Amino acid sequence: MEVKIKSMKYEDFKDNEYIEQLINELKASHTNVVVGCLDEVINWGRSNSLWPLTFATSCCGIEFMSLGAARYDMARFGFEVARASPRQADFVMVAGTIVHRMAPVLRRLYDQLAEPKYVVAVGGCAVSGGPFKKSYHVLKGVDEILPVDVYIPGCPPRPEAMFYGLMQLQRKVKVEKFFGGVNRQEKREKVLGK
Amino acid sequence: MANIQQEISSFLPEATFVEGTILEVSVPDAKWHDLALYLHDKLHFDYLVSIVGMDWGETMGCVYYFTCTADNSQVSVKVETADRENPLLHSVTDLWKSAYLYEREVYDFYGIRFINHPDMRRLFLRNDWVGYPLRKDYNADPEVNPIRLEHEAVDDTTHAIVETPDGKLEERTNTIFAPEEFVVNIGPQHPATHGVLRLRTSLDGEIVKKIDVYCGYVHRGIEKLCESLTYPQTLHFADRLDYMSAQQNRHAVCLCIEDALRLEIPARAQYVRTIMDELMRISSHLLFYATFCMDLGATTAFFYGFRDREKILDIFEETCGARMTFNYYTIGGLMADIHPDFQRKVKEFCAYLPGMLKDYHTLFTGNVIAQQRMKGVGLLSREDAISYGIAGPSGRASGWACDVRKNHPYALYDQVEFKEIVRTEGDVFARYMVRMDEILESIHIIEQLIDNIPEGDYALKMKPIIKLPEGRYFRQVEASRGPLGIFIESHGDKYPYRLKINSACLPLVGGLDPMCRGGKIADLIAIGGSLDYVIPDMDR
Repeated sequence: MEVKIKSMKYEDFKDNEYIEQLINELKASHTNVVVGCLDEVINWGRSNSLWPLTFATSCCGIEFMSLGAARYDMARFGFEVARASPRQADFVMVAGTIVHRMAPVLRRLYDQLAEPKYVVAVGGCAVSGGPFKKSYHVLKGVDEILPVDVYIPGCPPRPEAMFYGLMQLQRKVKVEKFFGGVNRQEKREKVLGK
Repeated sequence: MANIQQEISSFLPEATFVEGTILEVSVPDAKWHDLALYLHDKLHFDYLVSIVGMDWGETMGCVYYFTCTADNSQVSVKVETADRENPLLHSVTDLWKSAYLYEREVYDFYGIRFINHPDMRRLFLRNDWVGYPLRKDYNADPEVNPIRLEHEAVDDTTHAIVETPDGKLEERTNTIFAPEEFVVNIGPQHPATHGVLRLRTSLDGEIVKKIDVYCGYVHRGIEKLCESLTYPQTLHFADRLDYMSAQQNRHAVCLCIEDALRLEIPARAQYVRTIMDELMRISSHLLFYATFCMDLGATTAFFYGFRDREKILDIFEETCGARMTFNYYTIGGLMADIHPDFQRKVKEFCAYLPGMLKDYHTLFTGNVIAQQRMKGVGLLSREDAISYGIAGPSGRASGWACDVRKNHPYALYDQVEFKEIVRTEGDVFARYMVRMDEILESIHIIEQLIDNIPEGDYALKMKPIIKLPEGRYFRQVEASRGPLGIFIESHGDKYPYRLKINSACLPLVGGLDPMCRGGKIADLIAIGGSLDYVIPDMDR
């Protein structure tokens, strides 16, 4: 099984071991042929229509807007339908610094996203606290409160870097087990990471 | 300046003075409100620029910066209190309305409470936060303030300390929203607030009755961080404050430090800095056009604005190596010389943009729907603009000529010829048009400089460790959204004792309530968009 992304060759991606590990996990689940084929079709559709939540706190948010504008045009990948309501979004791009006061709000937004849902940590602040790591009011990475699927480092990351990260998310979606897997509600304890 | 000093000392003999670029007056708190009244009414210092909270160890207090809008003279006042357990100062909210938010900020960071301030709530931090972070003895242990995932309690009442006529102090509870009021929460996650701003809005049908602003959803504690960093290390925070005026912000910090060291910057660096500042202003105003029009429903304008902004980012990228956080200015000059293609590309861009602006106006400005949503909406008078401290393009739209580039020129602004765009309507349309016209003025400034960049060094050779002489320094530059002030108190170390960033955006949200009152809730979006605030700048 090979995970194909139209815009980029398989060998150009940096961390194929991780995807191969996911493929092995998928193979080990012994899904039958019919369900497996259905999974593949649905995942193809899902990975090409990942809708982000319009969420930005700081500088990275402007680069996220640049993605939506004409030069970088994220519509090529099916990301352009940015939703203002978490109920309609597939993933949240945490673009910017998350501080103590924002933490419960972001957590609630995440909880409101419909399953299956993903989190992309964009920029140094969301990855680790970035230049504000030593501050009294900044979270040392958004993974303190949310499970993160893709990290995109940079301050802010270039639009190309954001696309690379988002394509990694597409690949991850493509190798998921859909029926009996991500389509059912995950257990809350697991999501909370406790 | 001697004149101001004489007048103040004849009014208040116990005042002491420190002379500097800005005269500093020290008064005891008991006399502070009398002096404030005198400054405001008799000496016409009608613009409160900043209140800097301070912790001097033995005492705590505030340094106030005032400007007289008639002749642009400046004065600062230092007030202190020795009581660290229950520090109290007199409020000046009754004289300058911008003090409302500034004093709440000081309370939030230092725990200094202001007598007669109607609303002593925290501004940036959660209301259950323990301690006052900018005090020197603050306990930064994460155990004290862990990450809390429960929402903070919503408060409809607030506390205040009131001085009765016979001089006694009384604790009072004030109402923000009465129980029968219909309060709608807007934000912090709302696409039209341009970031994470939270507005609790009391409505009567569609009519806005009152807005209560909550800041701090991206408060990053930059001022405290700066206190443990060397001067060159503090610079990079400036790029991340108001990322749409990264160059100007950094210019402010560099200017403040260069002033203190009395450095003379090479001419080449001065030219490049001025050009870069103006390019940044154009890019910011283009983004304003893009997002503001999108807020009002014109999605095409968004693509136009971003298309042309990308051209500026290309120019920046060649020289600075980054699209957004440039790290380009440094103490004593620039990090690197300009790219060989810089001049050619800037000239091409300056020739290209005016034609595009005509397109912009045909596309949006003349549109009937746009005009009806903009004209006569969100009125702000000149007096209110000054009292609320709403400077920058928004203040100039209300008829207040407040451009720092004209009033206190820095870099090459006293050598170039440009018009200060001032309109008198004070509505959303005026604020929009001021920005659009400023783009043309910025192009005009760049055209005068771009061919004359002198050869020579682009930076002075600086020692790796920079120590500032003891004293207080305050410098302002005109950022894209208004004057950005940097205050540094140095005790002679390689670290600043206190570095305060006087944001251009914080007063803007202070003025949101009077501008929106009595208007429709849809106008709130237009007014907010026209003020063009950037949240990380006000939250710091």
